[in-house]
Amino acid sequence: MSNVSTATPDSAGAIVSDPVKSQGYWRGVGKRVMRDKVTLVCGAILLVMLFLILFAPWIAPYDPLQGSMARRLKPVGWQGYLLGTDELGRDMLTRLMYGGRFSWFVGITPVVCAFTIGGTLGVLAGFVGGKINMLIMRATDVFYAFPSVLLAVAISGALGPGIFNAILSMTLVFIPPLIRVSESVTTSVRNLDYVESARATGANSFTIVRVHVLPNVLGPIFVYATTLVGVSMILASGLSFLGLGVKPPTPEWGMMLNTLRTAIYSQPLLATLPGICIFVTSLCFNLLSDGLRNAMDVRN
Amino acid sequence: MLQLPTMPDRGGPAQPLLIVQNLVKHFPLKGGLFGQGGKVQAVDGIDFEIRKGETLGIVGESGCGKSTASRLIMSLIEPTDGEIIFDGEKVGTAALPLKEYRRQVQMVFQDSYASLNPRLSIEESIAFGPMVHGLGRSRAIPRAHDLLTAVGLAPAQFAHRYPHELSGGQRQRVNIARALALRPRMLILDEPVSALDKSVEAQVLNMLLDLKAQFELTYLFISHDLNVVQHVADRVLVMYLGRVAEIGPVDSIFAAPQHPYTQALLASRPSMDPDRRRTEPPITGDPPNPVNPPSGCRFRTRCSLAEDICASATPPLGTTGPMHQAACHIVAPGSGHSMASREAA
Repeated sequence: MSNVSTATPDSAGAIVSDPVKSQGYWRGVGKRVMRDKVTLVCGAILLVMLFLILFAPWIAPYDPLQGSMARRLKPVGWQGYLLGTDELGRDMLTRLMYGGRFSWFVGITPVVCAFTIGGTLGVLAGFVGGKINMLIMRATDVFYAFPSVLLAVAISGALGPGIFNAILSMTLVFIPPLIRVSESVTTSVRNLDYVESARATGANSFTIVRVHVLPNVLGPIFVYATTLVGVSMILASGLSFLGLGVKPPTPEWGMMLNTLRTAIYSQPLLATLPGICIFVTSLCFNLLSDGLRNAMDVRN
Repeated sequence: MLQLPTMPDRGGPAQPLLIVQNLVKHFPLKGGLFGQGGKVQAVDGIDFEIRKGETLGIVGESGCGKSTASRLIMSLIEPTDGEIIFDGEKVGTAALPLKEYRRQVQMVFQDSYASLNPRLSIEESIAFGPMVHGLGRSRAIPRAHDLLTAVGLAPAQFAHRYPHELSGGQRQRVNIARALALRPRMLILDEPVSALDKSVEAQVLNMLLDLKAQFELTYLFISHDLNVVQHVADRVLVMYLGRVAEIGPVDSIFAAPQHPYTQALLASRPSMDPDRRRTEPPITGDPPNPVNPPSGCRFRTRCSLAEDICASATPPLGTTGPMHQAACHIVAPGSGHSMASREAA
């Protein structure tokens, strides 16, 4: 039985004996992402946006709050105002850069919070099963009875306007779907033989979850959470649009869309700029998560 | 202790390694709001022993409770009733806590892909068990390499690979190495070669026989393939619908089966002689639903020799020859079946 080092007798046609060094899982994922042009472009766009909004105080050409009645609603490209000016004469480019900070913040924070809370509860429900699963999943169903936008508006409305309350309400809205996804992924992994055989070695539940469950469920849950970032941004913009998010004059994409809607006939391009920002960001997040999902599939 | 040596023999060769007493597993059916649904009688009172150093084969149709029995013995599911005694000590008591027992009995599953964590390299998968039992990584990894060599995979070439980079036969070798990593005294092999193609199957079977001698193992070998069981087993246990139909030495079972079910199973094997090819199946239909099994003998609904007595009384497991037992009224003297001898035992 020791003569198999050169050619494996049971490889059944598959050439597995070539001494190529085996690659780690994440390196394989990285390699597949590098081959995926769409995912790369989306990642690049998001990186550029992140740079612009992070360094807005240093690179923005004007003050986001300083307006002038003399240059209200100037078109795109007007006299040093690259993207024109808004209804109070403030530079659009500057406000979009500053507004992105809030939009990204309220887009990502609820998802991160919900990922942590919902993921923990879902993995717990899926791994433990039984009564705990029943309790968590039925509670989730109650939240599911309401449409997500309505629920966010209702919670935000009850708590009152403000960026913190908006984040809180959106976190609550995103927890149920994340519980659902993580519960179903965990349940399917829990019943696989490698978890059974880990139990058969006498490992405790904590070790099994850490070594065998989490590495196999975090990927799918993370990818699903990434798709929620786009939804979250749109929802946050919606809340701001309704006056439940940030308050004027703080720039935020959803609210800019709201205040500029009166200018839709006079300056249509200007009025849609915040919408384009929201659209591009959420589209990029969705495509990026799609690409990540493909790259994480071991069979590719 | 940190070297994880083989556990010492306690009872001597006369003490069976494993005694299963009246093992029962009923799965409740999810029915109605108050759970008043029935229960699946997956395993319904089985008794047997496994002697030190032997291979006991368990055969039976799909759904007869083979895999449930193996998971019960592995303590992966809780039995409804019954006891498992390992080398004279009841499992789960102070004398033999569950974690100690798990070092002594390990399992190889049928699905070689599903039984390896796709995110762990081969050496990490094998080293996991010893590390759970307190062996440091610096010792567990060389040990994993030794085991890879033992199952015929060169460590330099395979240790860092991931399961999806291996063929089915190679993965099953890794699973066997992983099961051996805790130096167990007994291996439960649940259809270990059923998913492999024939040439690989023979290699893995012969390797299992070599490993058995090398590591002084005892095997519980579960299979639906009678030829495989005939090749590897010393004794055979035939299961039907959660109960033992017949148990005995492999030669005796294959040469002179006593239970009509065993006879039918053996007759269902394809003949090598084209002139003697069967045109009709020896038994027809599917096994009855284990939620509502037939009264008396469970095989009577498909048995060509069934009589009234078979519906009214459950046949006990009676001795029919040296170490050979069958649960059928025909072989029980005085049972009331017309083919049984008159005088009571």
